Amino acid sequence: MHPIGRETRIVEAESLAAGYGQRAVWRDGFFSFGRGEFVAVIGPNGAGKTTLFRMLLGLQRPFAGSLSVLGDEPRRGNPRIGYVPQRHLIDSDTNIECLELVRLGLSGKRWGFNPFSTRDREDALAALDAVSARELAHRPLGALSGGELQRIFLAEALVSNPDLLLLDEPLSNLDIRRETDLLHLVNDVVRSRGVTALLIAHNINPLLPHLDKVMYIANGKIATGKPNEVLTSESLTALYGVQVEVLRDPHGNVAIIGVEEHHGDVL
Amino acid sequence: MSVCPIQGFSLNVVSDLQNMWCFEFMQHAAEAGTITAIIAGITGYFVVLRRSAFTAHAFSEIGFAGAAGAVVLGVAPLAGLLAGSILGGISIAILGRRVSNRDTQVGIVLAFSLGLGLLFINLYRGGYATATYSILFGEIIGVSSWEVTLTEVAGICVVAAMAVLYRPLLFASLDEDVAEAKGMPMLFLGTAFMLVVAVSVSFAVQVTGVLLIFSLMVTPAAAAQYLSKRPSHVIAFSVALALLATWVGLFVSFYTNYPVSFFITGLAFGAYIVVRLARWASKQGALSARSSSEQRQGA
Repeated sequence: MHPIGRETRIVEAESLAAGYGQRAVWRDGFFSFGRGEFVAVIGPNGAGKTTLFRMLLGLQRPFAGSLSVLGDEPRRGNPRIGYVPQRHLIDSDTNIECLELVRLGLSGKRWGFNPFSTRDREDALAALDAVSARELAHRPLGALSGGELQRIFLAEALVSNPDLLLLDEPLSNLDIRRETDLLHLVNDVVRSRGVTALLIAHNINPLLPHLDKVMYIANGKIATGKPNEVLTSESLTALYGVQVEVLRDPHGNVAIIGVEEHHGDVL
Repeated sequence: MSVCPIQGFSLNVVSDLQNMWCFEFMQHAAEAGTITAIIAGITGYFVVLRRSAFTAHAFSEIGFAGAAGAVVLGVAPLAGLLAGSILGGISIAILGRRVSNRDTQVGIVLAFSLGLGLLFINLYRGGYATATYSILFGEIIGVSSWEVTLTEVAGICVVAAMAVLYRPLLFASLDEDVAEAKGMPMLFLGTAFMLVVAVSVSFAVQVTGVLLIFSLMVTPAAAAQYLSKRPSHVIAFSVALALLATWVGLFVSFYTNYPVSFFITGLAFGAYIVVRLARWASKQGALSARSSSEQRQGA
């Protein structure tokens, strides 16, 4: 038995395809993410980004090809994966304190009425500390702002000390300032705990200062690599199948533009 | 059997209670009502949290069809009530939570069940009005001793089931997607919960009737959730409010001769209004305190 948690390949895919029923959403996924890497997953709606997460979580089988997570086949309920799903804002009526939700991330799987041991409570408070949200512990979930909620969800995912963190569009509903704050926080978690994080987003720019790798999913295909390898006119032209230009400003921000007249929209 | 003195309400509450307790039917009513209030208060919390109130109501109407059918067949209405609501619970659980939140479909099944119940009641020639009335509006005063025993057994089962399900059910209700990814048996949890609700509804119908089921299954829990931010405390408050409404309702009804169901509904409603008003007032207070302290800082 290899020592738990010491694999260097956290996610590994070979000629992986994703899809439902008879239809593949994307094919030919070859990628591999190591321990402590921060990866952005970018692509339009319906491209199959969440499908990738569902396969990693063992909620959906690969359409074709092979996928290994933490050195094993993906399986539902793997405690070493922390997951923050894309979700609508919590109902403002929800009068349950944040600490309870974070505790459930740890003990929600256990049967029986044991109204939360003191250890649960300490671990939950530690997870809230890790996302600098201790002061939110006793606030009701329904009263939180979008950015505060995302921090609580992150704490709920971190409380079981995962090796892989899957974040599905945590930046939607956040303004630029909150977006930057949350990304700094995720980056701190990735660096300090050696967690591998996959983060789905629409806009690559706010992520660029932190990323180790980027994965573009579009047009039924996947392009993965270091940001400066993938964010080139050649590789994105190959991915999208139309002429694409990648422009950079002096601050390192990129603009990705389809240059053909009849495909002239920003991708 | 000793004969109980018939005496009216006096200002001596102790002797009033003693007088009331002398009647066996009041003992039965108090016992069944107490157990029902406890299980309705507990399951009601999750009904409110999962926004399944309408579904819970539909169970009681499906139960009405079952109870009316049982009357036609000469079986105890409670058996038909249980069979009907459990059948409804299992089908809704299998169809999934997304279906159970579809108001239209649930409403369609609900209306059909009421219609079916009406037909059954019509087929039954004896005591047409009484049977309908007691199922629709509750007849806790008429509970027999074997029904009390049955209620006790059901109460123990429901409380035990909820104690086992508590944490996974709370997790699945509050954060469905994460719970599913964590490998929780969602279909099992949904089905088990729907069964518990179906059983709780069936017994609550004895007390409040089909049409007033919300007063024990929803109102106390809805009021209680404003009293604490911790689910276990909210459940305790919910049970306390349901018990209070039931006990006071029985007592007042005994001395006024107006229906118990009305008083339970009215008390639960009153508690809800008081809690909402108190919460509103405390929010206003906090706001004005904040603005006045800001003014002071500004000065």
